[in-house]
Amino acid sequence: MIAMPEPDRGVLERRAEIVEGLRRLVPGEGVIDRERELRAFECDGLTAYRQPPMVAVLPETTAQVQEVMRYCAANRIKVVPRGAGTSLSGGALPLADGVLLGMGKFNRILEIDPANRCVVTQPGVTNLGITHAVQGLGLYYAPDPSSQIACTIGGNVAENSGGVHCLKYGLTTNNVIGVEMVTIEGEIVRLGGKHFDSEGLDLLGAVVGSEGMLGVVTEVTVRILPKPPGARALLIGFATVEGAGDCVAGVIGAGIIPGGMEIMDRPAVAAAEAFVHAGYPLDCEALMIVELDGCEAEVDHLIAAVEAIADRHGATSRRASQSEEERLLFWAGRKAAFPAVGRISPDYYCMDGTIPRREIGRVLQQMKQMEARFGLRCANVFHAGDGNLHPLVLYDANKPGELDKAEAFGAEILRLCVEVGGVLTGEHGVGVEKRDLMDTMFNEADLNQQQRLKCAFDADGLLNPGKVFPQLCRCAELGRMHVHSGRLAFPDLPRF
Amino acid sequence: MSVLKPRDAKETAEAVAWAAAEGASLEVVAGGTKRALGRPMKTDHVLDVSQLEGIVAYEPAELVLTARPGEKLASIAAELDKNRQVLSFEPPDWRALLGARGEATLGGLIACNLAGSRRVRAGSARDYVLGFSAVNGFGDIWKAGGKVVKNVTGYDMGKLQAGAYGTLSALTELTLKVMPKPETACTLVLHGLADEVAIQTLAKALNSPFEVSGAAHLPPSAARRSKAGAVAAGSGAATALRLEGPLPSVAYRADALEKLVGRGARLNETETQVFWSEVGAVQPLLEQGLRVVWRLCPTPSMSPSVAHSIRGALPSAEFYFDWGGGLIWLSLDAEQAGADAGARIVRRAPKSGHATLIAAPEALRATVPVFEPLSAAVAELTARVKKGFDPRGILNPGRMYQGL
Repeated sequence: MIAMPEPDRGVLERRAEIVEGLRRLVPGEGVIDRERELRAFECDGLTAYRQPPMVAVLPETTAQVQEVMRYCAANRIKVVPRGAGTSLSGGALPLADGVLLGMGKFNRILEIDPANRCVVTQPGVTNLGITHAVQGLGLYYAPDPSSQIACTIGGNVAENSGGVHCLKYGLTTNNVIGVEMVTIEGEIVRLGGKHFDSEGLDLLGAVVGSEGMLGVVTEVTVRILPKPPGARALLIGFATVEGAGDCVAGVIGAGIIPGGMEIMDRPAVAAAEAFVHAGYPLDCEALMIVELDGCEAEVDHLIAAVEAIADRHGATSRRASQSEEERLLFWAGRKAAFPAVGRISPDYYCMDGTIPRREIGRVLQQMKQMEARFGLRCANVFHAGDGNLHPLVLYDANKPGELDKAEAFGAEILRLCVEVGGVLTGEHGVGVEKRDLMDTMFNEADLNQQQRLKCAFDADGLLNPGKVFPQLCRCAELGRMHVHSGRLAFPDLPRF
Repeated sequence: MSVLKPRDAKETAEAVAWAAAEGASLEVVAGGTKRALGRPMKTDHVLDVSQLEGIVAYEPAELVLTARPGEKLASIAAELDKNRQVLSFEPPDWRALLGARGEATLGGLIACNLAGSRRVRAGSARDYVLGFSAVNGFGDIWKAGGKVVKNVTGYDMGKLQAGAYGTLSALTELTLKVMPKPETACTLVLHGLADEVAIQTLAKALNSPFEVSGAAHLPPSAARRSKAGAVAAGSGAATALRLEGPLPSVAYRADALEKLVGRGARLNETETQVFWSEVGAVQPLLEQGLRVVWRLCPTPSMSPSVAHSIRGALPSAEFYFDWGGGLIWLSLDAEQAGADAGARIVRRAPKSGHATLIAAPEALRATVPVFEPLSAAVAELTARVKKGFDPRGILNPGRMYQGL
């Protein structure tokens, strides 16, 4: 288990006074301090980690957020922001000595502006809620994490969430054009807006994906897109996962960027088929789902092109959806893959590394060996278009030591991803979960520079500490320059 | 003053560490085609990274290209073209606009976060930076991001680095996401629309499911200067919508779009290429004597009223719209614009967004804030961020803001 920062005794001793102080800022039921009720916030989607917060605050206005932040900064109290609590990396894991700032009451869409192709919304609105608000206009919000029915846009901003359509439509960062946020000092900052490009440094770009460590977002402006007029999906079976991987490379090499391109391995296919009865072929080692979207002329043209590529890459079976119902059925199995795996194992641990796609064969091979070594099974679903792997390590938390084994297995998978040229997380975020693996990707200089950015926003490290960075350095130390004039190595650099 | 020409990242770090120790400032430069962009600087030395060149890795099937900042854009484009791929954000050529010669490089493009007309659909340079390594003002080599297309590990430093005009770190290597080159393209041109109607038409087209990848409107004076026959021939305003993709799809969408927005002339693939290059390069406003050129990013639907209110106060104003109205290129007679290059009027016109003074004599860029002045809270954050990368202020000092 990964250790969280030691609670500040001084803060814990002042708990009653702090609760009272916060009640003056957020009246009524907006401050929760009863132990039983705090349990509701003790974990997010990474359920292996649980910690009730010292107190939960549910503000309703930006002014309240501002006052809470000012109060916490003045009293050196840590703040953990939370949306719907669906993070899979522990991004919203509370701290024993921290305020849990729940943004759920910011649940209104403020403006739908089709002329400027954007929606201005409060952060507690769900991802799917935005699409629902604009679908009557033929528009939608593109990033679609699997949790989109529940996860909030504020959480999406914090985590830079992805989804199955990111290769073509981008992640959250490519679809968010403005935020209003409150810094830990209680300053209200507007970054971006309905216009294009940043007026100065792209601070918005740095805030998206900063895992709640730079500020609390109180308003979001997102780009909305016209809904593609149609889509069809292909189900393609392969005798090997490598074959499926090669086919993906073939599709992209042919200049085709599908709306979605997924691979599931045999265990994942079996679990999904047993659960959803999507009609998946059970005699293949890898099943690929490719979705082409656009106008009918384009979709039909590309379906034929992808079919030809699949045949060239030795597809053992293929089927194109003939109706919208059938297309949705093809997806139903994939979208239910996690719960489907949940039926065959008491618990599962979902990983999120990205690899260069050419390495898929080697990575899956080595994962097979790890399964034997750790004595745990693993099912794989894979955003194949962008190389984002979701290995699901199956374990039973009630068996002593299995969680530790699953975590060790997961860590080894992620180390392997980095070793083959990939990264620790494609879309779930670092959070608590991958924090202590950061040094497999980044050296001290890299991490120091990231932390200096953190220092610019939050010099006292009060916002969501214990996440992302293996160890928090003091800002004063990070800002110091260690140069000694005259003693610097400066050899034969060409000078003109 | 000396020119430091490091050959690799290590030498770049040594040069910066030396400058930091001396307290000497550096102008970071490679191709030098954007030297006239931003506030003029007087630095102690020049850090010329043009020898950090070459494509380090290019894997078409992974959609990933890694190159050094001194690599020429033209050679990257040629290499991509061999595999029918492109930089999707359509890097514009501003050499004529900035009166620059020579070859633009990858580092400058990313440092200035430039994008062409496809930005309205595909995003800007910042959206394609997957990872990079760089030397900060401490003289440390550091890296961020990765070399795969999907990654959220750590803060998204690439966004910050893009558009920082070299003020945070000197880039030493960049990894970009590349995309397939559209199989074909065509442009639908509507003639004679008033600005307000044109911007509404562009919005309608962009909200249609026909995947418009360029949406510009040229009032008559700008349209007349186009070298694309069908644009200039209309003798009035030209409103242009670009469609790209597989042949059968483009043909279908062009017909469908015409049903939606009205009949117009069509530019074929070659004319389409000519026209959108002009739009990206600001050609329709060039070569008109002593002018200053502004780039405005207002709320897109407000752009006609923004442009008209400026012209009301400064009758010499000529302009055209790109990005569905999200970008206004504005040219003013230098004399009429006066000592502030028209800043007071230009910056008062939009209620939101920003205006950047792009082309103006050095003396003007030294006195008029080139970049939109920041709110107090954002200015404070900007200063702190700069300090976190470059505490002694040695990298491109003053390029964006006085004293930073």
